[in-house]
Amino acid sequence: MRPQSETELAELIRSANGPLAIRGGGTRMIGRAASGERLETVELSSIRLYEPGALTLVAGAGTPLAEIEAVLAAEGQRLPFEPPDMRGLLGSEGQSTIGGVVAANASGPRRVQAGACRDSLIGVRFVDGSGTIVKNGGRVMKNVTGYDLVKLVAGSYGTLGVLSEVSFKVLPAPEAEATLLLSDLDPVRAVEAMSAALGSPFEVTGAARQVDGTTAFRVEGLDLSVRYRVGRLTELLGRWGDPQVELGTASAGRWAEIRDVKAFHGREGDVWRLSVAPSTAPGLLDRLDAEALQLDWGGGLIWALVSEGTDLRARLGPIAGHATLVRASEPIRAMIPAFPPEAPPIAALTRGLRARFDPRGILNPGLMD
Amino acid sequence: MQMPVPDARLLDRKSAIVARLRAALPADAVIDAPTETRAYECDGLTAYRCPPLAVVLPRSTAEVSAVLAICHDERVPVVPRGSGTSLAGGALPTADSVILGVARLNAVIETNYADRYIRVQSGRTNLSVTGAVEADGFFYAPDPSSQLACAIAGNIAMNSGGAHCLKYGVTTNNLLGVTLVQMDGTVVELGGPWMDPGGLDLLGVVCGSEGQLGVVTEATLRILPKPEGARPVLMGFASNEVAGACVSDIIKAGILPVAIEFMDRPCIRACEDFAHAGYPDCEALLIVEVEGSEAEIDDQLGRIMEIARRHDPVELRESRSEEESRRIWLGRKSAFGAMGQINDYMCLDGTIPVSALPLVLRRIGEMSREFGLDVANVFHAGDGNMHPLILFDASKPGDLERCEDFGAAILRLCVEVGGCLTGEHGVGVEKRDLMSVQFSTADMEAQMRVKDVFDPSWLMNPAKVFPLELTAGRRAG
Repeated sequence: MRPQSETELAELIRSANGPLAIRGGGTRMIGRAASGERLETVELSSIRLYEPGALTLVAGAGTPLAEIEAVLAAEGQRLPFEPPDMRGLLGSEGQSTIGGVVAANASGPRRVQAGACRDSLIGVRFVDGSGTIVKNGGRVMKNVTGYDLVKLVAGSYGTLGVLSEVSFKVLPAPEAEATLLLSDLDPVRAVEAMSAALGSPFEVTGAARQVDGTTAFRVEGLDLSVRYRVGRLTELLGRWGDPQVELGTASAGRWAEIRDVKAFHGREGDVWRLSVAPSTAPGLLDRLDAEALQLDWGGGLIWALVSEGTDLRARLGPIAGHATLVRASEPIRAMIPAFPPEAPPIAALTRGLRARFDPRGILNPGLMD
Repeated sequence: MQMPVPDARLLDRKSAIVARLRAALPADAVIDAPTETRAYECDGLTAYRCPPLAVVLPRSTAEVSAVLAICHDERVPVVPRGSGTSLAGGALPTADSVILGVARLNAVIETNYADRYIRVQSGRTNLSVTGAVEADGFFYAPDPSSQLACAIAGNIAMNSGGAHCLKYGVTTNNLLGVTLVQMDGTVVELGGPWMDPGGLDLLGVVCGSEGQLGVVTEATLRILPKPEGARPVLMGFASNEVAGACVSDIIKAGILPVAIEFMDRPCIRACEDFAHAGYPDCEALLIVEVEGSEAEIDDQLGRIMEIARRHDPVELRESRSEEESRRIWLGRKSAFGAMGQINDYMCLDGTIPVSALPLVLRRIGEMSREFGLDVANVFHAGDGNMHPLILFDASKPGDLERCEDFGAAILRLCVEVGGCLTGEHGVGVEKRDLMSVQFSTADMEAQMRVKDVFDPSWLMNPAKVFPLELTAGRRAG
């Protein structure tokens, strides 16, 4: 089903008599294969408002991410949170939609400095599991009127409601960017260096250790600032080596690869992501027994490629943070939950919210369990 | 303004309830003498007052949990209170409620510079969080004007902002985790020193829920490295429209100042008299601040001043010293206090799309004449968060009511042009009955479902946020 309007979307959900598999562009599939009739938002596609002088953009949930990025780029602006393209990693096809980006709270390397998708999201419209249209937030960037359902819906993978419209605070694209590269740092020293850089006043907008051991630090901004910060960071990072500097498109290309975890593309195995405090990351890495590892977010995000069927949570035991299974075959995803188990009182809250937003349990049922 | 009729059964049981609280807490942590509870009868919205049944001042999460379990058992409403600086009546008691003040929960639990976070108890004041880390070159970014007094607990409840959120975001963007005690005493940990939630973003909905989902006792906050330097520039313009156009042009030029503050003539005068900041005599004033090294600041301010010159400023002046910068900001941050010296005032907090600024200021001017009350405007121009201050005389019969009607008319206008009722102060009791201007019943029902889950008996911070008629059935349940 491909509703042409929010009203039709609400009607379809109201009259549904079985589970619905909600889909934007289908490029960020996660968790157990959704059963039920497919409900796609692609026809809810249009940019409804864009005011560059107010840094605000409002779009239908089915609007292609690429279209939004192009419209912003034409005005020298961008989405701050650098949403990853997951097609290469997941082997998915099609066009990512902005609603799907929000449903997955998809955020790239700039998360460390500019926040996640949910931090730029200032308003939503969605249809809950009873077919009721709900709006929350709006089109202004400071808004504390009522509860913040915007954050609750971001990253809920369609299980609390089907997004019909999303609003963002956007930012100016930088005049220049540069990346400093250190080679051959072990994970302990790489995280130390990344913490030092992120703890400096030089506004590092990306800090990652790539699969080959290269540690990358990005700065973006006005031309003069980028040159100045590269100089200061070169001094600061002297303890860990003599950084090489990459500029412009070479730098941008590298961060696109980090964002999309390019190093894992085409490789066999399951993919997990772990969210942890950066300084605890090196201690976990040996225990992962991974075939390949990428550290992003200064060490706070671990991407691990492990042999098929590995239950990484069982292998690690309790950690300060959590692990999500991002890619695995269908039988494995049926056995190992994608999302981490919640402590009993939190699980009770989650269940309660689902029961109230989707009383019939028809929106992507079981996807986040 | 209407509040629910206090439950006579609870008023009758006061001594029994207080005795149970006393048995669970140290002697000095329970206050019930009417002379002492009076200090808690209102918050920053002083027009409304009501002494609570009792006040508790616990010192630990365990004590908070014990208090809430007792109140849950007795079905006593609980009003959480940080420092009581809410301008929206977010901590206004009812006569049958227990105030749970977190002021004694003020310790720093952990600072971690490698991972850039600090864990504090929630009664700690906003400014003292920065105070705990600034010697090491870090700061906590959200900076509400009340930051000297306001508590992190209240910041989280209201999702507080400040002058610098154009660059750094508001509380929710700087909050990594909390310890939350639910109404039945259950303690949950949401989030932690990592950057995304593993499941639903419950932390995201707790932040800004105005103390209605639980009591936050501890918080993990992101801390940021202090910039090398900062420098404001003052720009005076001949009209509000021109100032508004200048703001839009700065943003479109791809420069993101850390703050863009706007003041109109009445506000400029009051602040100047109060703080002697050297503000020019003009219709509209912008304070634009940028950060970085000296050279970076010169570069950014050079570009910004170039844009400003195209709008024929009547004054364009870079701060030349730390002292001058301090005075420029003192003027702005003391705007409310300065106005308070001249008059009684009501401070509004609506947000509008930046593009609607000239229209909204013109309409406010017209309404000011219709209502016969003066207005001074001060606001965060980069993000459209307005703070019109309506001046009135509390000793004059009917003035407060006229002022409230005027305020409601301004907030309706904010919503009409695509904005919202409150940008950073919260709904509280003040804007509770205006919620239906912005939201449909279905929109509010969706929000109230969240409270149904966290606080099924609707005892936590009653009669705030939602119109009373919508919550009556739930509160009675």
